[in-house]
Amino acid sequence: MTLHPTSPKFKENAHQALGDTQLQKALGNVRQGFIDKRVHAAERLPEFEALRDSARDIKNHTLAHLDLYLERYEQAVTAAGGHVHFARTAKEACDIVGAICRRLEAKTVTKGKSMIAEEIGLNAHLEGLGMEPVETDLGEYIIQLRNEPPSHIIAPAVHLTKEQVASDFRRVHKGLDKDRDLTEPVTLLGEARQVLRERFLAADVGITGANFLVAETGTSIIVTNEGNGDLTQTLPKAHIVLASLEKLVPTLEDVSQILRVLARSATGQDMSVYTTFSTGPRRPGDPDGPGEYHVVILDNGRSAMLGTDFQDMLRCIRCGACMNHCPVYHAVGGHAYGWVYPGPMGAVLTPSLIGVDKAGHLPNASTFCGRCESVCPVRIPLPKMMRHWREREFERHLTPATVRSGLSVWGFFARRPTLYRLATGLAMRALALAGGGKGRLRWLPGAGGWTRYRDFPAPQGASFQERWRKERANRKAA
Amino acid sequence: MTAEAAPEVARPGPRVGLFVTCLVDLMRPSVGFAAVKLLEDAGCMVEVPVQTCCGQPAYNSGDRGTTRALAEQVIENFRGFDYVVAPSGSCAGMIRKHYPELFHDDPNWLPRASDLAARTHELTSFLVDVLKVRHVEARYEGHVTYHDSCSGLRELGVARQPRQLLKTVAGLELVEMQESDVCCGFGGTFAVKYGEISDAIVTKKAENITASEADTLLAGDLGCLMNMAGKLAREGKATKVRHVAEVLAGMTDEAPIAAAAARRSGSA
Repeated sequence: MTLHPTSPKFKENAHQALGDTQLQKALGNVRQGFIDKRVHAAERLPEFEALRDSARDIKNHTLAHLDLYLERYEQAVTAAGGHVHFARTAKEACDIVGAICRRLEAKTVTKGKSMIAEEIGLNAHLEGLGMEPVETDLGEYIIQLRNEPPSHIIAPAVHLTKEQVASDFRRVHKGLDKDRDLTEPVTLLGEARQVLRERFLAADVGITGANFLVAETGTSIIVTNEGNGDLTQTLPKAHIVLASLEKLVPTLEDVSQILRVLARSATGQDMSVYTTFSTGPRRPGDPDGPGEYHVVILDNGRSAMLGTDFQDMLRCIRCGACMNHCPVYHAVGGHAYGWVYPGPMGAVLTPSLIGVDKAGHLPNASTFCGRCESVCPVRIPLPKMMRHWREREFERHLTPATVRSGLSVWGFFARRPTLYRLATGLAMRALALAGGGKGRLRWLPGAGGWTRYRDFPAPQGASFQERWRKERANRKAA
Repeated sequence: MTAEAAPEVARPGPRVGLFVTCLVDLMRPSVGFAAVKLLEDAGCMVEVPVQTCCGQPAYNSGDRGTTRALAEQVIENFRGFDYVVAPSGSCAGMIRKHYPELFHDDPNWLPRASDLAARTHELTSFLVDVLKVRHVEARYEGHVTYHDSCSGLRELGVARQPRQLLKTVAGLELVEMQESDVCCGFGGTFAVKYGEISDAIVTKKAENITASEADTLLAGDLGCLMNMAGKLAREGKATKVRHVAEVLAGMTDEAPIAAAAARRSGSA
């Protein structure tokens, strides 16, 4: 079962988030942590901007020939001894993974970080089959302990403070010294490592996501900083790769280009600590590796984005830079968005995957400040696509009635300059009077969303155009 | 005002249509007159054709029909000018970047939209980049901090130009705030529709403004200025908030945004 979206309640979610002091403290780290590091990483690489262009072009080329590369990829995986499974929906993907795990009589399934697993609700599905999924990425492990969804696509537990994590570890990791010092992140990491080590060895199946699927070689690639992905995929009987279809790239050369912008955009690292290439199962003579290698390629609404205003969204390489730089994300965090993908990329992708009727708030809850687009390594025009969603909502009459009628009244006048001048002239004089000598209003009917929090500056009185015409007439007369 | 190459010497200056913007027109006409002064001092012949709005509120609300109607009105009314200048990065960005997109599949209107787009500029970048103005004759006593409004900054590259001119204002000291390039939370109708989130963003902005210890906040877009001024006023801060054009033109007699008018003798 996939995660039930709370996106329709975005405003309530945001309200809660804004009042959550722990969350607000944790979000302060996002602001400070990612932005400067990305700037410095980009400055150290003179060709960074050119690489962004080339990453965009590679993804565009792949999307234009996706059918071809999917076939080529499948052939290459098969030739390497692996299996490719195509899943149209979340349910199909869960069923495919479940069937493999069942056949192998899996009890424990270790998992590297995978947003696709979140999207299809894989953990709940495996638990339903009597298996125990164990998250091995530190952030994912933490939120699994708390039974929460991730709040960020590369830093799933970024909404938590280290004090909250320490308290969860004390609650769950029984049998350890009660007085142990858990004040430093590195001790938290050490403890998680120690606990997870046994789980790695006991796992029957390992599941990872993929940052890239390489058509020419049938290779899947993950980038991680903890090395958990390697242990997840090499120790068990089978390695299952979960990926959505837009993860394809034609060649290893293409990967090497995109890798140069991925970590720099995400965390400001030149490269992530581990970049792991997997091609098929263990071959005769290999010292280690899984006995079986499966790739589940998920569509779940993505192919329907091809050829539409939203195709460019499929370039996304999931670096998280857009949310790291988003003032709205900084204010409310990832959970407020109500589904798997938060921030600007979520505001575009989520309506495509769960429907704009459910996710309609997300593309509206943006100031269109454009910072997301300015840092996107594959130059996705995120504000433009959010605007396209607003257009779809407007066409389908999903825009709130008050907004629609407000727009239509304003539009009526704005298209008729003479009437507009009369109407606005009266309104501005009234407002100027209401502002009195203070120059501002503490309350304005119909704009409570504004005046609840800030004053509304009073207008100066007569409009510029009115004053201008008078002044010009006087100039001529003089 | 002085320019490297003074165009007014050789021939009559360029004919500029002032796109005053709906907010300046209705809320703060003094910004429009400051823009006129700056343009005339730089040798331009300024005219103000009949106008209402560039259509951005409708555009960002997903209402393409109304947007097109308003865009056609602007394209029609601003025919024939050498340049169209707006004291706003947001409205200039709408015309420069978004009009051609709006008409991208309309062979009749696209050439006209693109032609207008190419002639349209934000005020400070027009002065510095097109007219090569290097210096303004103005005086302003105070510590000033400048907020980079998003559309001007990211759609039009406005950042260096206003600062360059501000540094030539006598008596003015420019102090940078932290995160001057981060959104103030205005976002047009966003500020009303998502008022609570908008407030969280402008609260942070107000902290940065206050921490800069500047006594005056300037920016190039009235929407952002009204948002920040409204927040600072609600918090009881004494920061004076003005459009950058007012200070560059030396026209600061009118009360700052959201501030009470000072008692003055003489003309109202």
